[in-house]
Amino acid sequence: MTGLMTFIPFAPAASALLLILFGRRYSRRAVSLQACLAVLASFLLSFISFLGLTRLGPGSGPLIKNLFPWVQSGAFQSSFALRFDSLTAVMTLVVTGVGFLIHLYSVGYMSRDKSYARYFAHLNLFTFAMLLLVMSSNLVLMFVGWEGVGLCSYLLIGFWFEKPSASRAGQKAFVVNRVGDSAFIIGILFMLFYAGNTDFLMIDKAVLGGSLTPGVITAIALLLFAGACGKSAQIPLYVWLPDAMEGPTPVSALIHAATMVTAGVYMVCRLSVLYSASETALQVVGWVGGLTALLAATMALVQTDIKKVLAYSTISQIGYMFIGCGAGAYAAGIFHLFTHAFFKSLLFLAVGSVIHALSGEQDMRNMGGLRTHLPRTYPAFLVGALAIAGVPFLSGFFSKDAILSRAFAQGQYAVWALGLGTAVLTAFYIFRLLFLTFFGSERLTPKAKAHLHESPAIMTAPLIILAAMAIFAGYIGLPSVFGHNLNVFSNFLGPAVMTGRESAEALGTEWLLLLVSVAAALGGLGLAYLLYRRKTGLPAALVRRFPRLYALVHHNYYVDEVYGAILVNPLLKGSEAVYTGFDLKVIDGAVNGSAAATSFLAKILSRGQTGLLKDYALVILAGLVIILGFLLW
Amino acid sequence: MLLVSLILFVLGIILFFVKRDLITMFMAVEVMLNAANLAFLTFARMHGDLGGQLIVFFVITVAAAEAAVGLAIILLVFRRTKSIKTDELRSMKG
Amino acid sequence: MNTVLFFILSTVAVGGVLGALFFSNQAYTALFLVLTMAALAGLYGLLGAPFIAVVQVIIYAGAIMVLFIFVIMMVRLGKGIPPAKKRWTVALSAVLGPALGLEIYLALAGALSTPRHSTPGEAFGEAEAIGRLLLTDGLYAFELTSVLLLAALVGALVLAKKPEKQ
Repeated sequence: MTGLMTFIPFAPAASALLLILFGRRYSRRAVSLQACLAVLASFLLSFISFLGLTRLGPGSGPLIKNLFPWVQSGAFQSSFALRFDSLTAVMTLVVTGVGFLIHLYSVGYMSRDKSYARYFAHLNLFTFAMLLLVMSSNLVLMFVGWEGVGLCSYLLIGFWFEKPSASRAGQKAFVVNRVGDSAFIIGILFMLFYAGNTDFLMIDKAVLGGSLTPGVITAIALLLFAGACGKSAQIPLYVWLPDAMEGPTPVSALIHAATMVTAGVYMVCRLSVLYSASETALQVVGWVGGLTALLAATMALVQTDIKKVLAYSTISQIGYMFIGCGAGAYAAGIFHLFTHAFFKSLLFLAVGSVIHALSGEQDMRNMGGLRTHLPRTYPAFLVGALAIAGVPFLSGFFSKDAILSRAFAQGQYAVWALGLGTAVLTAFYIFRLLFLTFFGSERLTPKAKAHLHESPAIMTAPLIILAAMAIFAGYIGLPSVFGHNLNVFSNFLGPAVMTGRESAEALGTEWLLLLVSVAAALGGLGLAYLLYRRKTGLPAALVRRFPRLYALVHHNYYVDEVYGAILVNPLLKGSEAVYTGFDLKVIDGAVNGSAAATSFLAKILSRGQTGLLKDYALVILAGLVIILGFLLW
Repeated sequence: MLLVSLILFVLGIILFFVKRDLITMFMAVEVMLNAANLAFLTFARMHGDLGGQLIVFFVITVAAAEAAVGLAIILLVFRRTKSIKTDELRSMKG
Repeated sequence: MNTVLFFILSTVAVGGVLGALFFSNQAYTALFLVLTMAALAGLYGLLGAPFIAVVQVIIYAGAIMVLFIFVIMMVRLGKGIPPAKKRWTVALSAVLGPALGLEIYLALAGALSTPRHSTPGEAFGEAEAIGRLLLTDGLYAFELTSVLLLAALVGALVLAKKPEKQ
């Protein structure tokens, strides 16, 4: 079975390679078939591997397949080795499963785009990189995948590169990621220096064996987490995600909702042993997650672009996942990752369907009353909205509750409060979106109204599947209030991640927390209903009442401006100065100068070519004399 | 004897640079060749080696051939440029 | 006796070249050089190369110089041209030439003092001896030179032909 699992990443890789090299020669149908089948193959292989893993039972260690020794430089060894355990199983199933659905969706969404092959090539490449990331057995190989997804993110955000805003967004994503990545690299170096190895098994052994001092552990954990902040869009490196919405909507669904941005969470959970050994690191993770969750949720409240709401929502939800990790509840964090993948990609794809139906309109102020026109998109979106809001009996409810109750149980009351506040806001903003888009008066532009149509089956089918998952996926992780040991998910992940300090929570408290969560969700929903269905004049009135506050939030707290002033502009100005002062003058000067000197020299020397026979003979004679003179000496 | 050869050779060189028309310059080259022949024969005599004489034989023959062709070329140059003053023959310039 | 002849002939040879240097008339130059060639032939004889001496007279003095005179007459230049105007070239060659001569002298100084290996026999430079050598050791060169002569013959003919009227 270890042999089989090797093919999981390489099916999409092969497809990507073929598409990159020969994409132009493919017909559209061939591209679609190959790309989708490649991911489907990966999914099936993942599923088979998953089944095999369950059959082996929880006691066995992870499956390792060492493909070849890759780096061998003195004491530093790193092999190209893949690893399959329960955490990997979850991740690969999510990546390939959701990935496959999104590939299908893209066939419809991108059907009229002129760079069809390039899109699927990049998408496949991304799938490969992501799979490499989650399947690698050591940090260095994981970093390869890490960088790979960053690259594909850049390529896909800037897919329509003729649009300057898209191109800039891609650059921004890449550069901000790079900042995080540099911290990540330093973390890897620390790891190598102190632990001598980056293999996950060896790391766990080193931490548990006590060969690393607490200070070092904390340092490494924080450095790696900084990298995660970049990749997973947490404070302070989240600024690229809203801009990333310039890319095609399926890309936003796959990369910026379900998979790439969750890589940071995966990384923390993979190194759960490391993080659990450092209380400081866990605190930082939890706080960053909590603050990000709340902050992003506030920004989602006032967005007018439909995709930007979802972008901030993603940032916020990932904050939740980190809250879970910070509380030592890694399984809960992954659980939320799992459910979030379904309902967030569902929301994005549904929104994509709306945009597609409206011929590209993304501003919610120009929407409204679409419920009747989009009979398949609307219910899907509704399901997703209910899930993300944490309405009971859908998946989001279970995963959110898991995180919040664990945070509370750990005594992290402040973080818990942040999470609760975020829950209220989440319900609010998502239903604000829903009401503005699907209900109320139609505010469509004439152009949009002219081509209004429901999306084709190839786009709505994935929606239906995702909706089903959004409803039912939560039931594998039932909290203990409903009975003991019903949290199948957590049990499954047991061997792979630390389960943290188990604190026995009184059943009564658990129920109370549950009810508080439900109240938060329903409260937010109700508030949205109030403001956007009943007293529809209220939002505008509030804006007039608190203009400065509104401006602050609407401009995203001016964070981009601050970054621009402190970092970006000085850097740009400095580069320009170096360019004009040094590059142009000195370097070009040297090159041009040497050319000028040569031609000058040549002009002088060419005066010797008189064309006269005798002069040439004279030179010969002189040469003879000189040479013989030399020889005689 | 060899001294004579040397003197003749040097004189030939000077003759080459002094004269201004191609034909005379060509003749100077012949002078130099003869000087070399003299040297060869001297050595042949000194070492009792008949090979030296053989070489001279061939040199004379080749000189004859060369003179024929060279003069033909000079004729052509003259026909084309109507001059054999080397000061004016600058087409090799540059 | 030989020494006297040597000096006379050498003086004539050198004098011939000097004369060629002095006069600017081309025909005079050519004739002076004929003189030099003849004197050289005599020297060759003194050196024990009678065959070569005769060849020199026939071919060099007789054919080559005559060829020169023909061409001089074809390229009618009248009184001749004065020596070169660019003085410095001449002066430089007057310096460089003897310099080269000196160097050659120095280079050959060793060779000059080598004593004779043997007194050459009577038949040293006889035609028969040379002929024998030609057709044995020098056979390859002999054949090649024949071809060369043929090539030169044809070449000169083609080159010097009067251009055909169209």
